[in-house]
Amino acid sequence: MDGIHDLGGKHGHGAVETDAAPTNFVQRWQGRVFGLNNRMFRLGITHNTDYFRHAIERMTPAAYLTHGYYGRWLAAIETILVEQGILRSADIEKRLGPEVGPSAARPDPDPTRFAYTLRAYTARRQIQREQRFVEGDQVLTATHTKPGHTRLPAYVRGRVGRVVAVHGAWVYPDDNAHARGDEGQHLYTVEFSAAELWGADTRGGDSVCVDLFEPYLQAAQRAADDVD
Amino acid sequence: MSDADQALRAEAIEALLVEQGLITSAEIDDVITRYNERVGPMNGARVVARAWTDAQFKARLLADGTSAIEEFEFEGGEVEKLVVVENTETTHNVVVCTLCSCYPWAVLGLPPKWYKDPAYRSRVVREPRAVLQEFGLAVPAEQRVRVWDSSAEVRYMVLPQMPTAWVGLSETELATRVTRDSMIGVTTLADQP
Repeated sequence: MDGIHDLGGKHGHGAVETDAAPTNFVQRWQGRVFGLNNRMFRLGITHNTDYFRHAIERMTPAAYLTHGYYGRWLAAIETILVEQGILRSADIEKRLGPEVGPSAARPDPDPTRFAYTLRAYTARRQIQREQRFVEGDQVLTATHTKPGHTRLPAYVRGRVGRVVAVHGAWVYPDDNAHARGDEGQHLYTVEFSAAELWGADTRGGDSVCVDLFEPYLQAAQRAADDVD
Repeated sequence: MSDADQALRAEAIEALLVEQGLITSAEIDDVITRYNERVGPMNGARVVARAWTDAQFKARLLADGTSAIEEFEFEGGEVEKLVVVENTETTHNVVVCTLCSCYPWAVLGLPPKWYKDPAYRSRVVREPRAVLQEFGLAVPAEQRVRVWDSSAEVRYMVLPQMPTAWVGLSETELATRVTRDSMIGVTTLADQP
């Protein structure tokens, strides 16, 4: 998806605020949200990380940019609790009001969207299919944009890079986020020269390395600009 | 949404889940305590100090970060595939996650605010030298900059160069001097006393 979260290379976000507070949670609620998220994963309510990330990506762009990091987590938690049939939006809204009535009944859970259970906290996979690429190969990234979750950043779409590491097979987020299964795909680190990404007037020798799944890649017909 | 509104929503959701018997507030307290007290950059600093003082460990660390750090028995997640990238005279490495805020929690703790903000995530892949300058680091022209965008399961940590003035210090002493930012790659330790 062409989402607001896909920030690499975007202009206009200003200077980096390098003097961060030395604490994890500046506000108390941020810690509560961090802990809530941890428990929801452990309980299997948040089925997997890709589903969680995509819940964040479905925020409106304005909300994404203004709610802050733990505010984005809070939005995702609420989305997931409602989608998974744990809480109703109306019960959350009611609970925000001044009067606390009897405890909200748990809604009848919809049949879970995920027909498979998460495998013991690992994203590593063994697959039969052999890897298509080896270190040193030139690869061209896909240009397509699908509406759902992907880990192909927009700024490396349609670019030529060089495979610099091969990592074996890992859960494919584009499927896992949408309950289409948690099969693995081969994962590679692909290095792109700054010139390939940002134009010839960028600094020679500098580069960006991005971890990309095999379905995003095809063999390149041309060589990437040298990155060394 | 204001901080007060977010605090209220978080509190409402926690209360509803507690009433349903799905969670306890004590469990949430435990998670917060773990990440505030036991998971943090002091763990990564120990790894760096050992790599500087034990060549065999360093070789294992660069070959397979996840296996190499097992001997520390760190708590905390996000290191199923840890890759450690070494700064050298010719290469300066810096880490980002442009799509969200992926970060190797077990060795560096939870990321600082700027790491999660749009400014860093958008700019460091496009103009890394300008961003590093904002952290006070001028990368010499003869060093290439390699930016690592953590877009999948791999989590990256930078092995900074040890200042020559630190030669002879013990592993324990060195571990107290390694900074979080040097392991993300937005600073070096060159000017440290």
